[in-house]
Amino acid sequence: MTATAEPVPASITANGWGWRHPGRTRWAVRNIDLTIEPGQRVLLLGASGAGKSTLLHGLAGVLGDQDEGEQAGELTIDGVSPADSRGRSGLVLQDPDSQLVLARIGDEVAFGAENLAVPRNEIWPRVRQSLDDVGLNVPLNHSTTALSGGQKQRLALAAVLAMQPGLLLLDEPTANLDPAGVLEVRDAVLRVLNRTSATLVVVEHRVEIWADVVDRVVVLESDGGILADGAPATVLRHESTRARLIEAGVWVPGYRPETPTVRTGSGTDLLQASGLSVARTKRGPAVLSGVDLTLRRQEAVSVLGPNGAGKSTLALTLAGLLRPRGGGLTALEPLARGAGATPYEWKSADLVNRIGTVFQEPEHQFLTNTVREELEFGPRRVARLTEEEVRRRIDPIAERLRLTGLLKANPFTLSGGEKRRLSAATMLATSPDILILDEPTFGQDANTWAELVTLLVELIHGGTCVVSVTHDREYTAALGSRIAAVDGTSATLEAA
Amino acid sequence: MNVVNPTITGTVLPRANPLSKLFAAVVITVVVMLSVDWVSAGVVLGSELLLLPLLGISVRKLFLRTWPFVIAAVVAAYGTALLAEKTGRVLLEFGPVLFTQDSVNAGLAIGLRGLAIALPGLFLLTTTDPTDLADALAQRLKAPHRFVLGALAGMRLVGLLFDEWRTLGLARHARGVGHEGNPAARFGHFLGQAFGLMVQAIRRATRLAVAMEARGFGAGPRTWARESTFSRVDVVVVLVGLLIAAIAVTASVLTGTWNFIFG
Repeated sequence: MTATAEPVPASITANGWGWRHPGRTRWAVRNIDLTIEPGQRVLLLGASGAGKSTLLHGLAGVLGDQDEGEQAGELTIDGVSPADSRGRSGLVLQDPDSQLVLARIGDEVAFGAENLAVPRNEIWPRVRQSLDDVGLNVPLNHSTTALSGGQKQRLALAAVLAMQPGLLLLDEPTANLDPAGVLEVRDAVLRVLNRTSATLVVVEHRVEIWADVVDRVVVLESDGGILADGAPATVLRHESTRARLIEAGVWVPGYRPETPTVRTGSGTDLLQASGLSVARTKRGPAVLSGVDLTLRRQEAVSVLGPNGAGKSTLALTLAGLLRPRGGGLTALEPLARGAGATPYEWKSADLVNRIGTVFQEPEHQFLTNTVREELEFGPRRVARLTEEEVRRRIDPIAERLRLTGLLKANPFTLSGGEKRRLSAATMLATSPDILILDEPTFGQDANTWAELVTLLVELIHGGTCVVSVTHDREYTAALGSRIAAVDGTSATLEAA
Repeated sequence: MNVVNPTITGTVLPRANPLSKLFAAVVITVVVMLSVDWVSAGVVLGSELLLLPLLGISVRKLFLRTWPFVIAAVVAAYGTALLAEKTGRVLLEFGPVLFTQDSVNAGLAIGLRGLAIALPGLFLLTTTDPTDLADALAQRLKAPHRFVLGALAGMRLVGLLFDEWRTLGLARHARGVGHEGNPAARFGHFLGQAFGLMVQAIRRATRLAVAMEARGFGAGPRTWARESTFSRVDVVVVLVGLLIAAIAVTASVLTGTWNFIFG
């Protein structure tokens, strides 16, 4: 029966291939010479900006034609240009929400097969087989929005499987997931590969997820070409390549970047929650209740727990952005300084130099047209400052976060890592007593991770209270955090 | 009420093909629009209300969705009765307020007409799954599938943008831009947030377009996993629509109230 027939694994050939986005002087990726045999499982690594995603998009045939960029050399799947071999490859992207097309699960999986003009009576068996392959046992008319992050990524995988691709392309498929979701997706991919023996190319910062699964590791050089290529054991363990990978910010298994040792103190109490219950919206249900927690100077608190348990809602309430549903949340005098005991009622100008919040998506917090204005915005909001005073405040922060060369750039045009640094810098510019960060280490390479931890340790030593919503145990340990474990009904405190 | 992903209500209409519902709604709406009189509007509105239990739509739920229309209709009726030509018998005179037979008739016609026009559209909206409508438009009316499916995917994005707007508001408040200050400042903040939302909408749309293209969407012929079919229910829906329209016109012409808008 054709519906469950196994696809023929695809081969990949690149001859001096490169791609330059329109209007850029720098090539996103170039001088790639590569042959991947049918059925090989390849982990593609490289520093941020080395062009891993561009190569993956090239293989998926979605880079577009000459209007959308300039190509060098040649890139083929089974000897044919990717754009002309629709359906031979299936691409799964990082963000679970922006790759779902339709409202119902069955329709979502069927979409790719429909586009390839598969006859109707073959589509539904394919849909069931694909959902089965990824272990998603939900009714076909179930809503796609009601799924967890891990389920959404498995759905995205099922949706490409229904096209019966000979090549699976995964672009950081687990970067936005909690630890349970990461394993869910990894195991689903494994099951699929074992059944279909399709060729695999996966890009991911966290190498240990895939190190045991792949049989080849290819590392891209930042300024073009290939840095290393070989079996995982060779590339990841061999002294010379291992050092280069670490330098490039790759999370090599068994390596943790060095960060300064933190000394937390038990400083003055700043903010006190007692019997606090929190809700996402004004009328929606309370997601957590009975939270008792005191935030103090010179310490770190990590809010841990599965996705959807209410971590972010708790953090946004502590941040004075959401109104507490019940119980008490009191700003004590060292924090309140005359602004009143209820953070939710503070004017935003009073909020910015007391509690700062760094959101997960930096672009949500950009307000102006240049990096400099972005940095100056907070301080000017708090007090009338002279040009000189503003400069004295901004320059060290820009220097510290390597933004000095970008002061005239538009925030929206920065790279992902630069945007992250800017959003942290804007919050630091008003020196808040409490700094709250939502998933600060999601999808970060090891260098950015180390940079962030170092900065936060310095802040803690300077007396700031750092609260993070995170899944990252190593980050939590590096900051010497107390742990507030959230389980969907309440939060319990553990010692550091 | 969620405009983008409406909760599907009722028992009969959800089983009908969206196109037959669209046809019935258009026929009824056109008839009501053609004449400004209270008889045709009243007949249509009456039939629509009588059909409610048959369609399995609860009156309470309907009212919860339509109350703004009801209020608008009452206000329009009152305003028309107050301002229309004052001919016919005087019904009420109180200072400058004067209602006559004809002005009240005109007011009734406007109020009933507004509601009679609003209801078929609401029936269609609350009993139709957007995906089914897209299927019907593309398969039955041969509308271009790139356009129809693009619009459908776009609708889903709009749903996500509601959440995005809320998050943006909180994120900007955390930067020192809250919903406070004088009206001019608030308006400025609103514009800023709207710009932020637009940027995010474009980012998401671009990513979605790449995901769709990677799954073979775009050029070439495609098949449809769900067949858009017609059944006996559709015959009934179309006939009932035509019947309501015919009765309304007949009743209005026979009572001599037919008041053709182009006449």
